[in-house]
Amino acid sequence: MSAVVAEKTTTLREGAFGNATNLACRECGHQVELGPFYACPECFGPLEVAYEFGEVTREQIEAGPANIWRYKALLPVPTDIEQSPNTEPGYTRLLRAHNLGAELGIANLWVKDDSTNPTNSFKDRVVACALSAARELGAKVFACPSTGNLANAVAAAGARAGIKTVVFIPSNLEHPKQVNSAVFTESLVAVNGNYDDVNKLASEIAGEEEGWAFVNVNVRPFYAEGSKTLGYEIAEQLGWRLPDQIVIPVASGSQLTKVHKAFQELIKLGLVEDKPYRVFGAQAAGCSPVSVAYKAGVDAIRPVKPDTIAKSLAIGNPADGIYVLDICRETGGAVEDVTDDEVRDGIVLLARTEGIFTETAGGTTVAVLKKLVETGQLDTDLETVVINTGHGLKTLDAVSGKVGPAATIEPTYAAFAATGLA
Amino acid sequence: MPVSVRIPTILRTYTGGESEVTASGATLAEVLDDLDGSYNGIKGRILDESGALRRFVNVYVGNDDVRFLDNLDTPTPDGTQVSVIPAVAGG
Repeated sequence: MSAVVAEKTTTLREGAFGNATNLACRECGHQVELGPFYACPECFGPLEVAYEFGEVTREQIEAGPANIWRYKALLPVPTDIEQSPNTEPGYTRLLRAHNLGAELGIANLWVKDDSTNPTNSFKDRVVACALSAARELGAKVFACPSTGNLANAVAAAGARAGIKTVVFIPSNLEHPKQVNSAVFTESLVAVNGNYDDVNKLASEIAGEEEGWAFVNVNVRPFYAEGSKTLGYEIAEQLGWRLPDQIVIPVASGSQLTKVHKAFQELIKLGLVEDKPYRVFGAQAAGCSPVSVAYKAGVDAIRPVKPDTIAKSLAIGNPADGIYVLDICRETGGAVEDVTDDEVRDGIVLLARTEGIFTETAGGTTVAVLKKLVETGQLDTDLETVVINTGHGLKTLDAVSGKVGPAATIEPTYAAFAATGLA
Repeated sequence: MPVSVRIPTILRTYTGGESEVTASGATLAEVLDDLDGSYNGIKGRILDESGALRRFVNVYVGNDDVRFLDNLDTPTPDGTQVSVIPAVAGG
């Protein structure tokens, strides 16, 4: 057992975490019992959920609900998870992107569109898993530090579940984003500092307060598993097949590592054919520590001070960055970055080719996809999936100066005809 | 020169459960040495075998991550608050 003593765990009910057996350090393998632990007591490395799955079949999954709980046997949640009120995220659409594919010269391109989740981002998936863990651990408060998507997801999930939420944000966050979270919770706390300051404060509170579940701190191992469902869905929606190539945005790097973990689990369980696939990471140049390390051919990631419009990707010291490097290198993929102008162009390109309005993180991913094609790093003959993590209404300011009326005219036919739009 | 050091949960086994302790030193390296004198073994949890900060631990002097300052050579003036925090991902 670990040396953790200061945190009191409640007595867990049988099957509280489904097929999960323990937590294990990704760095040194040290094992810790299931509980509100996230850092290895030996080396501080990240703790990951380990499982004994037994048999899981396609039929079992297909008979499940049209949300992430169809994969509950593969997640750290109880078998009766559907009985507890939650936002029921996931099983979002996988769209064949004919026009974007034609524009970029990719024969077989798909967009996994997570903007249709309950609070319009992939964060609803991870938060649903964190909420389950918080419940099972007897947490009284559900909390997070965030600048946007995570705050929305936590506040809404807490409201559905009837559990108190406290959401911490930087005090200079744009007013619409504050409203977007505050509408779900009466306990929005604005902190005088930047996101890193808010995150640090959250870690300190998590260490002091009993009964608080911070989704990305003390229940992080359970939270992070939620991103695996993106990988499961992509494979299932392709007809139980892995794509040849996948492009994923990188903030902390967690999502990319979990999609890869999902693909590996599906192979091990015999649910998909074992085949090679290439994983690509997408960053914004204004916060590209992983891309910089990839291009330099080094393993160490040098933290940076972020400066980009892709704020949901602006994590200067990405906790899972080294694992992103490993996965992208091992699979024959790459990590690439694009400028803020390219991010804006990416948003407009996806909107005008596929009718999908993506946030800046999605604009980054689409722009990186384009760059990977232009630089010959991505094989345009192979089946490719890009992940759209959230909705453009969250980051309207990014493109509000870039799009608008083509003309302002008098209400006459002659004036309209003069525009040349007919 | 006493400084205050905030101890994360997983290291409180070394400090008898204390979340905040006092140590002395003109730099972070000296503070960690002094801390290890009081709480034997704690430095080896924060630094790796080569004596560098472990990859998944963040140390702050005041409000700044020492990786953006002078790492272990970061000055720790009298009354400074040092915080040891496991790396967490954002949201």
